[in-house]
Amino acid sequence: VRVCTYACGCTYHPRRVDSRTIYVGHRSSSTNEAFIPPKFCDNRIVSSKYTVWNFLPKNLFEQFRRIANFYFLIIFLVQVIVDTPTSPVTSGLPLFFVITVTAIKQGYEDWLRHKADNEVNKYPVTVLEQGRRIRKESEKIKVGDVVEVEEDVTFPCDLILLQSSRDDDTCFVTTASLDGESNHKTHYTVPDTEKDLETLNATIECEQPQPDLYKFVGRMHIYKNDQEPAVRSLGPENLLLKGATLKNTQRICGVAIYTGMETKMALNYQGKSQKRSAVEKSINAFLLVYLCILVSKALVCTTLKYVWQGKPGQDEPWYNEKTQREKDTNLYLKMFTDFLSFMVLFNFIIPVSMYVTVEMQKFLGSFFITWDKDFFDPEIKEGALVNTSDLNEELGQVEYVFTDKTGTLTQNNMEFIECCIDGFQYKYRDASSDLDGFCVTDGPLNKVQEKAGREELFLRALCLCHTVQVKESSEQGQGQRDQVDGFGLDGEVLPPLREQRGFIASSPDEVALVKGAMRFGFTFLGLESKNMKILTRNNDIEMYELLHVLNFDPVRRRMSVIVRSKSGDTLLFCKGADSSIFPRVRQEEEGYRTLCVAYKNLSAEDYAQADAGLMEARLALQDREQKLMAVYNQVETGMSLIGATAVEDRLQEEAAETMEALQGAGIKVWVLTGDKMETAKSTCYACRLFQRNTELLELTVRTLEDGGRRREERLHELLLEYHKKAVQDAPTWSSANQDYGFIIDGATLSMVLNSSSESNSSRYKNLFLQICQNCTSVLCCRMAPLQKAQIVKMVKNSKGSPITLSIGDGANDVSMILEAHVGIGIKGKEGRQAVRNSDYAIPKLKHLKKLLLAHGHLYYVRIAHLVQYFFYKNLCFILPQFLYQFFCGYSQQPLYDAAYLTMYNICFTSMPILAYSLLEQHICIEVLLDNAALYRDIAKNGMLRWRPFLYWTLLGVFHGLLFFFGVRFLFSNPALQDNGQVFGNWSYGTIVFTVLVFTVTLKLALDTRHWTWINHFVIWGSLLFYVFFSFFWGGIIWPFLKQQRLYFVFANMLSSVSAWLVIILLILLSLLPEILLVVFHKPRGPRQVELRHIHTFPLYFTHSFSPRFIYLFHFLTVLPLFSLWFWSSLMEPIFNIFIRGI
Amino acid sequence: MMATSYNAKDEDGRVTVCGPGGGPLLRGKKPENTALKQQRLAAWQPVLTAGTALPALFAVGLLFIPVGVGLFVTSNNIRELEIDYTGADASSPCFSCSQSFSWNSTRPCTCTVPFYLEQPYESNVYVYYGLSNFYQNHRRYVKSRDDGQLNGNEKSLTEPSKECEPYAYRDNEPIAPCGAIANSMFNDTLELFYNDPNGTKIQIPLNATGIAWWTDKHVKFGNPGGNDQNLSAAFQGTTRPVNWRRPVYELDSDRGNNGFVNEDFIVWMRTAALPTFRKLYRIIGKKDNVVPTLPRGNYTLEVVYNYPVRSFEGRKRVILSTISWMGGKNPFLGVAYIAVGAVCFFLGVVLLAMHHKCGNRNGDGDISN
Repeated sequence: VRVCTYACGCTYHPRRVDSRTIYVGHRSSSTNEAFIPPKFCDNRIVSSKYTVWNFLPKNLFEQFRRIANFYFLIIFLVQVIVDTPTSPVTSGLPLFFVITVTAIKQGYEDWLRHKADNEVNKYPVTVLEQGRRIRKESEKIKVGDVVEVEEDVTFPCDLILLQSSRDDDTCFVTTASLDGESNHKTHYTVPDTEKDLETLNATIECEQPQPDLYKFVGRMHIYKNDQEPAVRSLGPENLLLKGATLKNTQRICGVAIYTGMETKMALNYQGKSQKRSAVEKSINAFLLVYLCILVSKALVCTTLKYVWQGKPGQDEPWYNEKTQREKDTNLYLKMFTDFLSFMVLFNFIIPVSMYVTVEMQKFLGSFFITWDKDFFDPEIKEGALVNTSDLNEELGQVEYVFTDKTGTLTQNNMEFIECCIDGFQYKYRDASSDLDGFCVTDGPLNKVQEKAGREELFLRALCLCHTVQVKESSEQGQGQRDQVDGFGLDGEVLPPLREQRGFIASSPDEVALVKGAMRFGFTFLGLESKNMKILTRNNDIEMYELLHVLNFDPVRRRMSVIVRSKSGDTLLFCKGADSSIFPRVRQEEEGYRTLCVAYKNLSAEDYAQADAGLMEARLALQDREQKLMAVYNQVETGMSLIGATAVEDRLQEEAAETMEALQGAGIKVWVLTGDKMETAKSTCYACRLFQRNTELLELTVRTLEDGGRRREERLHELLLEYHKKAVQDAPTWSSANQDYGFIIDGATLSMVLNSSSESNSSRYKNLFLQICQNCTSVLCCRMAPLQKAQIVKMVKNSKGSPITLSIGDGANDVSMILEAHVGIGIKGKEGRQAVRNSDYAIPKLKHLKKLLLAHGHLYYVRIAHLVQYFFYKNLCFILPQFLYQFFCGYSQQPLYDAAYLTMYNICFTSMPILAYSLLEQHICIEVLLDNAALYRDIAKNGMLRWRPFLYWTLLGVFHGLLFFFGVRFLFSNPALQDNGQVFGNWSYGTIVFTVLVFTVTLKLALDTRHWTWINHFVIWGSLLFYVFFSFFWGGIIWPFLKQQRLYFVFANMLSSVSAWLVIILLILLSLLPEILLVVFHKPRGPRQVELRHIHTFPLYFTHSFSPRFIYLFHFLTVLPLFSLWFWSSLMEPIFNIFIRGI
Repeated sequence: MMATSYNAKDEDGRVTVCGPGGGPLLRGKKPENTALKQQRLAAWQPVLTAGTALPALFAVGLLFIPVGVGLFVTSNNIRELEIDYTGADASSPCFSCSQSFSWNSTRPCTCTVPFYLEQPYESNVYVYYGLSNFYQNHRRYVKSRDDGQLNGNEKSLTEPSKECEPYAYRDNEPIAPCGAIANSMFNDTLELFYNDPNGTKIQIPLNATGIAWWTDKHVKFGNPGGNDQNLSAAFQGTTRPVNWRRPVYELDSDRGNNGFVNEDFIVWMRTAALPTFRKLYRIIGKKDNVVPTLPRGNYTLEVVYNYPVRSFEGRKRVILSTISWMGGKNPFLGVAYIAVGAVCFFLGVVLLAMHHKCGNRNGDGDISN
């Protein structure tokens, strides 16, 4: 009654913002109140972004919101408005290309979305209206409509289940398209609703739409002929979600409560937060440097221009007068436009094409993961899954792996091993001669009879305390039951039949326990209209009325059921992790996963109180969770322990090898588990994360309580002690020192993280981190999901911001998967939540080794090289143009023709690097897998740090200088043809450009260690294309060009022997340092000597090469250039005299 | 910074989470076992080691040094003489001409520069004029032309391109050829006389054809209405460039070398790469194998001084040069080849020594013997 009045009072309140009221079938509940149908959105799903009309403006706006696109747009506009050296086409064309391609891609995707939307929105559904069944399009469903759904049909919106064709008022649903869980879930009709929906007069009050698929609170008021309205609580078990499919049930009726974009499915559409890879951050840093170079180049040129023009006769000689407009322009405005012009001239140094190439590389590259047949698991018939291609290279940078234990390191294939009832241990043996399969391994045998009662209670508890469903296949269901019914006394014959019985549960523990009980003779037959049927050892069928299920949750770490037996006893059975049961019972250790079972007999009053409490909490619209929790905790007290079960969880295939390889790769592995310490520790030993000689540093509740002092003090003391041991005393330069393993539990971790005083807290955190970082492996047990994420976050934000990877299979790992830089989901047994939230999903843990050591390593090397190469090739492309300004009166005269400027990045040099970045295997995959230590070579973003960047930049500067001045010296006499004719400025540019294209392509060829036919094709093809294009471009008077600058320039260049000779010379001289580096690169250290035969990669970018050598090589190669200059200016006259003397 | 928000993927984030699993899911389908998909394409894996690089270094060294020597010798065998006739110094014969220069003077100023050839020039001699500090590669200058007009396009002839400004129109008449390049065409006349030891002054015939690129003369440049037309009629309605003394159709008496296809004009129109440049002016053809083209002795260069360079501190030169297969005299290539070859060879030796030493270190260590 109390509940009711509270609820009724609520109905007449003005509608609260955080809840909504729905009139089932649009029938107003009270006649005296004017019925204002509340406004809800319609049932249209709009996942598309554009319409035909707004596509162009909206898409363009979206695209130009990206800073890079905007930058290029600005450059383009400057070119259009200001009189700039290059035609707007040079930057407009690539920009147009990028924008168009992106627009087409997005348009296509949007068209697909429109199609999918239409399919969903136009789907015919049946709506019950005034007793008639009306066919409607799905999008026309309104909140409050009563919708009928048939078997194997997807629910068109979020519905409250009112009526089911099944007798027991349930229906089965699969949510495979929502969360990937393909098991059948049971949903219940609202209790006590009338069978005749036409006359049902009810309102539903429920919370406003929220995206959590597993949470729902609401209540339903049912009005019956002026009676006090009945109130029923609504929970997720009553809610059918849009996107889920009805199974095993002929038809259901439900009332629409959330429609269209307010359904939980639609609310879940919002993408995950974008993770950015470290490479991307490096690119941005490099970009900034290049932007500075660009601006400073433009500034230098502008300044020098005005200094130079200050000299008499230079600004406007008689042969080169300015137009009237130029003369009239304000000086400062002119300076500004000059600055802009220089910016435009040099803007190619920031390559728009790099973004396109990087995106393409990532997109195409990620296919190698899905294509990899090694990732294919024949059991689940699935390969790896890539949810984002943005993080491919991050796989090669992982420093910390956080792994879940259950289902990740272990198979999560639970097997009931033994149990303990009242202190006596029972082991199950497969080939047991005992009649009942029990074997008492300790305890006096004569007590067996006395214990029988306890045993049976224990087994009943196992049979009752769960949420397992019996899998019913429609044609076999009955037959199977018959088989079960027909269980003979002979237990030996039956196991194969029993195995056929399918159990579906959210956790494999439960199945293992139910199966275990079955082996001992107690079979769970299923749930029939709130009655649980079990078949006892004596072949009796017992019925228990299921009163309440106190669901499992990871915080309580236990679950209970309240049942009423035939005899009328109300019993509470509770099972849960030992730590959560022991404090709650009046009071064993083994390496298995143990669950304790406890029970209590509820008196009628106790039950009534508990029932009321539970009902109230379930009806609460706000803080239902907390209220339920409080009631649960209140009910689950004073129980008595019946026994404990031990379930073994086998290690995953190759788990130990994988962990060993990861450690060999210098990756620190942390095991984060909710399991208890002993179990987790034994798993760690089994996985060889802890070795026999590993010294374990324990920081758990147990060690804290050892000293007998206050925990905090003890914590402080232990932390300091371990810190001294692991950090201070550890020799810094030796790798063969003592291995340490660290163990911490959840309770202690929260003490470390949330210490009483603020100063201590950060200090403890630092100490803790330092200890952990010096340990080879860390085990964190008894972790709540949020704590897992906390740890990941703490390590992620620690000094040096290491790259973290989380791998897990269950919903409890989602938080850490989302938190880590790279989240990996295992397509395990605990549903699909981890997979859905992951960046990559693999079927088994063993695949992690190849994913990181081979794929990750290669991706990283590929993209790092791609990025460095792109900056390099644009630097040596633009540097000659910059130098040319010193020789053309700072007039922004471009060195290269517009066609070359435009095509350089698009056509001439883009394909080889793309092919390289997709196919390169500087070390072949087998070797990478066999030598995990190779992973360390690229650790800490080794190829994209400032030193390698400086190297590539210097290389670009060196090449740029060489190209420009090499040709400059040649042009000291422009009569380069054997008929005495001279070359002009376009020939100059073409020679430089030819050297440039050949050098950057051959530089890449030198770096390529893995020449597939594709590499050959694109490298030689690009060069050939360049030659043919140049002929073609110069071979025709192009009618659309204002100036035929390149007419026959290339052909004339090739007719000059000198041009050939200088091209060959400059290419060779540019590549000489590369060749020398390879020669000078001596393998150092025993490891590298060993790997000498495979280490063919010039590792100048890693630590193995000292910069001293690099500068030496540069000096050696710059030497000829300087000697040339020296010779030509000083030595030559002397030499000439000498020659003449001869 | 540029790319902070640049991400072509932020569209996809939405898409990927839509479907179950999204992305390229291969449920129930085993990935194909093809070489490409399994990253097992047959590949050539060249290993650049000391073993392969050292011979390459020696090969480069051994190849480059002879080529360099060849180039150097060739370059040195080319005879070249440069005569600066700017007239900057008071002692210079052209000093007065350079001082008294005026655009409006009707009487051309002539100066004679004597010079002495120490060595006979055996083969064809190429006469170049050279200008210094003349920015033919200035952007404003480079683009100041109308290739359509120069190709003989009638429309461009009467409506020169905007790029030609401020040399597009004069007194509302279109300029042909328009633009700064054409306007500033080099117009000094150079004549060469051999002072025979017996006192006679023999004019050396200078050939004005074959100095421009064949394709330029025959394809890129063309007179309006074809080269055989009456050029003065074809250029009707246009006016000569501001600084020219004659209209374009009076550049040469030879019809095939007049108007836009005048080779001096074409040569000038090919803008030079650097502010100090030379352009081919005339060719002195070789007469026969017995007599050198230019025998040793005294010569006189007669200059009709029309082209002012003093205003921008420029210099004017005349260059007499023979030509080899590699073009004009330029020691750069030879020296560069020798230097690179030598460096390669030297490095090869050093590396070989180092390599040998290192190789032995791990061996029996018997180096001292």
